[in-house]
Amino acid sequence: MERQVTYISLFAALIAALGLAPQFALLSGVPITAQSLGVMLSGTVLGAKRGALAVLVFLLLVAMGFPLLAGGRGGLGVFQSPSVGFLIGFPVAAFVAGWVTSQRRFPLFWAAIMGAILGGVLVLYAFGITGMAIILGKSWTEAAPLALPYLVGDAIKALLAGIVTHSIARLRPMAIMSRA
Amino acid sequence: MLTLTSDFKTALHAVPVGPKLLVLAGFSLWVAFVQGWPLVVLGLGGVSILYLAQGWSFARQGLLLLRPLWPFLLLLALWHCFSYTKLVGAILAGKMVAMVALANIVTLTSRFDALLAAIEKLFAPLHMVGLSPRILALTLALVIRFTPVLLDKAGLLRQAWRARSHRAPSWQLILPLTLAALDDADHVALALRARGGFIGKDLWKDK
Repeated sequence: MERQVTYISLFAALIAALGLAPQFALLSGVPITAQSLGVMLSGTVLGAKRGALAVLVFLLLVAMGFPLLAGGRGGLGVFQSPSVGFLIGFPVAAFVAGWVTSQRRFPLFWAAIMGAILGGVLVLYAFGITGMAIILGKSWTEAAPLALPYLVGDAIKALLAGIVTHSIARLRPMAIMSRA
Repeated sequence: MLTLTSDFKTALHAVPVGPKLLVLAGFSLWVAFVQGWPLVVLGLGGVSILYLAQGWSFARQGLLLLRPLWPFLLLLALWHCFSYTKLVGAILAGKMVAMVALANIVTLTSRFDALLAAIEKLFAPLHMVGLSPRILALTLALVIRFTPVLLDKAGLLRQAWRARSHRAPSWQLILPLTLAALDDADHVALALRARGGFIGKDLWKDK
């Protein structure tokens, strides 16, 4: 029980730290923040329920005015801005990533990658694009291209989520709550 | 770690969080549904007066908080200039700025303890599903405490990488950082258990 609370807390802190740490340069030096990687990892490591809770705790602190989002953003204003869809999609993304990872018929590595792509990319983009479409007054198909520049980076992050989850399973087997 | 609460003391700091959130919700709903530029101008004007009434420095702080909106404003400007629907674009931009700006006022004028009290009230019904609001408060405190700790660890990992490689540190640091978070979580869990733990306060009833 104590472990569940501290894991949820520390993963919420990890999501914040990954968003605030200096950007990681992926491949050809394209700098992107790793915040959504933190969301994917919450799901793939902690599982659906706890992963979503970790993300909700993180969002609660953002709403309370802590500048924890990438770029030091925070406060209630971000929930009224066009990026609101991504924020609402974060916990759902973690839940889906965790649920897929917990399916034992696939090896952990592939399950985590699939979960991260399904949750952290497909589901998250569906929410994110819908949010931008509503606030910017555009149709869904008009808003969709706005998210495209991030697609490659997020696909790489999904791959990283698989690698990191697989490595944690070897180094700290007890920590993979998604398959506990 | 500091919240975004403004250091400039204003009259709005004294207003309880509940009513402020209700006004914000009502205003946002109204803005979302209004049509026609006069009402949007009215909304924007109202928010601007609210900012200016708290003083220049406060208004400047509010303006700075709107900075992250510029890519979206640029997008709307480009889109609607080329599609000859400038008024529609201006209305959309006005609505967005007014809603975000008012939400920012609530953030700027609400202290963390006041917000925490409001949240504890909001989450009180969680008792029924077996989640104690005290555990939620502890969780929030742990995140606030450990975010800077993890950031420090990320910095140390970066330095250690730099000492050993001529290449810039990259994604390879994510695994050790995640391991650090997991190990911290284990240590804190042990420390909590050693101090009595959460006996009888289960997060989920089936566990």
